[in-house]
Amino acid sequence: MTTRRNFLIAAGSVGLAGVAGEADATPEAMQQALRKLTGNAKVSRGKVKLDIPPLIDNGNAVPMTVSVESPMTQADHVKAIHVVTERNPQPNVVSVYLGPRAGRARMTTRIRIATSQTVTAIAELSDGTFWSGTADVVVTLSACLEEGMI
Amino acid sequence: MSRAVINVPKTVKRGEIFEVRTLVAHAMETGFRRTQLGEVIPRDIITRFVATYNGVEVFRADLHPAIAANPLIAFTTVATESGTIAFQWTGDKGYSFTESATITVV
Repeated sequence: MTTRRNFLIAAGSVGLAGVAGEADATPEAMQQALRKLTGNAKVSRGKVKLDIPPLIDNGNAVPMTVSVESPMTQADHVKAIHVVTERNPQPNVVSVYLGPRAGRARMTTRIRIATSQTVTAIAELSDGTFWSGTADVVVTLSACLEEGMI
Repeated sequence: MSRAVINVPKTVKRGEIFEVRTLVAHAMETGFRRTQLGEVIPRDIITRFVATYNGVEVFRADLHPAIAANPLIAFTTVATESGTIAFQWTGDKGYSFTESATITVV
């Protein structure tokens, strides 16, 4: 799905990548990663809540909490949660696998964000359906791009 | 070599959902950074985290370079019985680290 907004973001990234000299993942690469994770299943919007601060000073450690609306019973629970980005060097961020013993479908970690972009979380439910949630982030100091001080 | 901080409640009521917070010391070198001489610094990350509650896996995570250094992973689980929750981190260059926490269910 290419919306006008996605296109503009992608077009912008070409210029940026040239300056930074680093190849970024593209929204297309993210879609590809998503297809790999979901096995081409239909992904519906909703149920997934992605908590990331909208404005980030330092992209090297960004707190992120993903929660999914689910009763987490044997019959109806979240099997997996995947987080992907569209403009990090690699689309995949984290994949977690849980079950009814989790009690709540919720996990917290700290991630790296290379540049301002949309972060997507996908939840795989026990009935085989996929749900997604997104969050837009703006980064002032990005991760990955700085030279190593070694 | 390595160090981990685990945060679990000492005692929980049976059936209660509690949060487990884990933090492990690791640089999580992405493999995308370069030295000032332009050489790529090879990737060295933790790729997998597994938590087992009295021997039964309750949570597993596959980590990628986009996870920040000293990975914090927090999740929830249901208190079923007293025992130990064991954590294992494995990664590049043969990295493996285990830690455990005891929990009393009342």
